[in-house]
Amino acid sequence: MNAHERKKLRIPTHERDSQRRKEDFFEVNLGYEEAEAVNEAERCLQCTNPLCVKGCPVNIDIPGFIKKITEKDYKTSGDILKQYNYLPAICGRVCPQETQCEGACIMNKMKGFQPISIGKLERYVADWNRDKTNSKKEVKITGTVHKKVAIVGSGPAGLTAAAYLAERGFEVTIFEALHLSGGVLVYGIPEFRLPKDVLKREISDIEKLGVQIKNDYIVGRTITIGELRDEFDAIFIGIGAGTPRMMGIEGSELIGIYSSSEFLTRINLMKSYDFPRHDTPVRVGKNVIVVGGGNVAMDSARSALRIGQTIQFSDHDTYHPNHVKVVYRRTESEIPARIEEYHHAVEEGIEFHWLKNPVEYIGENGQLKAVKVQHMKLGEPDNSGRKRPVPIDGKFEVFDVDTVIEAIGQTPNKLLLESFPQLKLNRWGTLEVDQNLMTSVEGIFAGGDIVTGAATVIEAMGAGKQAAKSIIGYLSENLHHQK
Amino acid sequence: MSYTILKKAQVAPNEYDIWIKAPQIATHAKAGQFVIVMADENSERIPLTIADTDEKEAIRVIYQVVGTSTEKLARLAEGDAISNCAGPLGKPSEIPRGKQTLVIGGGVGIAAILTIIKTLKEKGNHVTTILGSRDSEHLILEDEIRQIADETLVYTDDGSTGKKGMVTDGMKALFETGKQFDAAWAVGPTIMMKFCSLVAKEQDLLIWTSLNPIMIDGTGMCGGCRVKVKDTIKYACVDGPEFDGRYVDWDILMNRQKQYLKEESESKHVCKLGGINPSQSKEGES
Ligand SMILES: Cc1cc2nc3c(=O)[nH]c(=O)nc-3n(C[C@H](O)[C@H](O)[C@H](O)COP(=O)(O)OP(=O)(O)OC[C@H]3O[C@@H](n4cnc5c(N)ncnc54)[C@H](O)[C@@H]3O)c2cc1C
Ligand SMILES: Cc1cc2nc3c(=O)[nH]c(=O)nc-3n(C[C@H](O)[C@H](O)[C@H](O)COP(=O)(O)OP(=O)(O)OC[C@H]3O[C@@H](n4cnc5c(N)ncnc54)[C@H](O)[C@@H]3O)c2cc1C
Ligand code: SF4
Ligand code: SF4
Ligand code: FES
Repeated sequence: MNAHERKKLRIPTHERDSQRRKEDFFEVNLGYEEAEAVNEAERCLQCTNPLCVKGCPVNIDIPGFIKKITEKDYKTSGDILKQYNYLPAICGRVCPQETQCEGACIMNKMKGFQPISIGKLERYVADWNRDKTNSKKEVKITGTVHKKVAIVGSGPAGLTAAAYLAERGFEVTIFEALHLSGGVLVYGIPEFRLPKDVLKREISDIEKLGVQIKNDYIVGRTITIGELRDEFDAIFIGIGAGTPRMMGIEGSELIGIYSSSEFLTRINLMKSYDFPRHDTPVRVGKNVIVVGGGNVAMDSARSALRIGQTIQFSDHDTYHPNHVKVVYRRTESEIPARIEEYHHAVEEGIEFHWLKNPVEYIGENGQLKAVKVQHMKLGEPDNSGRKRPVPIDGKFEVFDVDTVIEAIGQTPNKLLLESFPQLKLNRWGTLEVDQNLMTSVEGIFAGGDIVTGAATVIEAMGAGKQAAKSIIGYLSENLHHQK
Repeated sequence: MSYTILKKAQVAPNEYDIWIKAPQIATHAKAGQFVIVMADENSERIPLTIADTDEKEAIRVIYQVVGTSTEKLARLAEGDAISNCAGPLGKPSEIPRGKQTLVIGGGVGIAAILTIIKTLKEKGNHVTTILGSRDSEHLILEDEIRQIADETLVYTDDGSTGKKGMVTDGMKALFETGKQFDAAWAVGPTIMMKFCSLVAKEQDLLIWTSLNPIMIDGTGMCGGCRVKVKDTIKYACVDGPEFDGRYVDWDILMNRQKQYLKEESESKHVCKLGGINPSQSKEGES
């Protein structure tokens, strides 16, 4: 391959060997070395009308930050990123780039060319800045505004809204139900995809802006929305879509059936992969079935694989990863998971069964023993544009399993919504908002999964930022009226 | 936030009565609600009923040491702080006004009926209580409850105090005298709640039981605490914990409580060896 040819293809990042990594929870993708990042950055055409920017939900100046990489000015590159995105180390790792920035990159339209690895470059710059400027991080706050804003939920939506407002001098308090902050980033996405240290440091950057985080605060119970309204000038609700949807089929109460939320919460939030050093157990049998085809299903499957079984012999212990199947009711081309995670799952030896859907759990003495699945075929497209799966009459198959993890979607957590019924919901049970992300109640804004239903990290962040801007607009108008 | 243990007393051979500083929870708690507690950063999140509040400062919790998490709690002394305490969780008890009520508590479950009895009395109800335990040593809160309730019957397995027998014997004895009730509560071991519910069912009596499945978050986001009531799946932490015991599928609940028996004994073993000292592991982590 000559130099010109090489410029057509993206420079791969380093990944840990699939057979080794499936036995532990350490990060799979190791990112770029400096020279590789610079070479990848040099492939970018620096378009004057960059399509990639339109593909990014927060419209990061992508050619801008990439240009600075070619100049090895990572500090400025990082500053550019932070103008748009408070959590670049995270987005670089978890955005579905293939449908966003990279999917839009002009190079997709050039025969034989691969798009720029925008996500990996973003990660490189963010990691560099974190490692190199950690203690010196300057905090830039423009003036103080004597206005208090309460943020409910510390997921990407809440964190972004908080950071944006704090940077502009507002007094911001985040109320978070769980004992750790980060929302799905801390309880859902596993360590091997997003190390919790990365998250911790991004959050501590936000705390340095003066944001106060109050954990163990379940809004609606520990403190009510009414009380928040008395104390704060505006409220942002970013409580995510936290309640698992379950199949509800015969046998769902058997031991061995988890919702992905419970399974991943045990592993990530409670660190049960480190049991008994951490006290919370998780029980995974040798044969596991995961139901679903999204990121949550991939994360569940790969976590179940890694939990594994340590088999004790008299002279040594041998470690065996579990046997994991993913069962999905559509086909490979319809899976909503990030493509990289799907590939990783295949490499690690996870078996995929397309066009199958569980219809019954079969147990013995209260413990799951087998799953009966029905075969499906693809029919007419549904309103998501994907072909609808239809059951094939009489075609069933039974798998022997010890553990099933259902990863078939999440819906809004009703706890807060029921405690404050004045908030109008739409017919999907999510919060109704206007174009400024204000809810039906004045001064209360909302964004992220609680408005859109389960979506992506970067969309939640985009919503957090938009809501923060609206809050500033709303409060300055209010200021006006008072004068 | 520092959840300091303000007071600690041993109330039975393996049971402790503590007051935790938690003003925000104390001001919001109602009868029937619970908190999720973590003794230290590596602990499980375990649910414990709020047995009492002093309204502005603190909540009272009474727990029995059964495994690692409760043992870690028991190692903490007055003045120590627990790492996390979140609540109040769950739906408050549905307290009627001016009715005839029966409240049954068994074992450490007696802790959970204290606020229910208090609130019932505040709302002008007539309250008959039945307390049950293994023996006199394990009977908790008897004096406190006798002072509030209109009538209190005590049953122990060995007859060392009160009558010899079970709380269900007390229920039957009351019904035999022709006593009528509008609503009942029963909180205690799962098996006790099941049998109380059976007796209540015969009398067509509404009986609230506080279900105790394994929980994690306590806020409705994991589905681990699911129980079956009237043939529908409910999340005990947000839809309950109190459900009409006549319609609870008790066998499912008891089966699901046993999910981690093997892991629990492994964890307890490590704990007993002294490998996990709450205060040490806290320092080590930070
Ligand atoms: C396993 C998994 C993997 C995923 N992988 C990806 C991926 O690779 N890429 C991607 O882009 N997206 C991914 N997603 C989706 C993405 O994580 C979400 O879209 C995003 O986190 C939504 O952000 P949010 O801020 O709206 O809510 P969340 O992240 O859900 O945060 C909401 C927070 O609010 C708190 N809360 C809820 N109720 C209350 C209350 N009453 N009081 C106080 N606090 C409350 C919750 O505890 C939580 O911390 C994944 C999701 C899951 C579950
Ligand atoms: C709503 C509710 C209120 C409760 N109130 C009280 C109370 O006031 N006083 C009291 O002594 N106990 C109470 N319990 C029970 C208490 O939570 C368990 O005894 C405790 O979690 C045991 O933990 P462990 O690690 O010490 O024991 P383990 O050895 O882990 O477990 C012993 C048994 O306790 C149960 N258990 C274990 N982990 C959990 C968990 N995370 N959530 C729920 N149950 C679990 C299981 O059935 C298990 O077999 C309550 C439970 C619920 C659900
Ligand atoms: S935030 Fe996500 S979509 Fe935007 S440029 Fe970065 S990786 Fe791409
Ligand atoms: S579209 Fe592609 S080539 Fe053009 S600026 Fe964006 S990343 Fe670079
Ligand atoms: S404890 Fe998780 S949903 Fe109830």
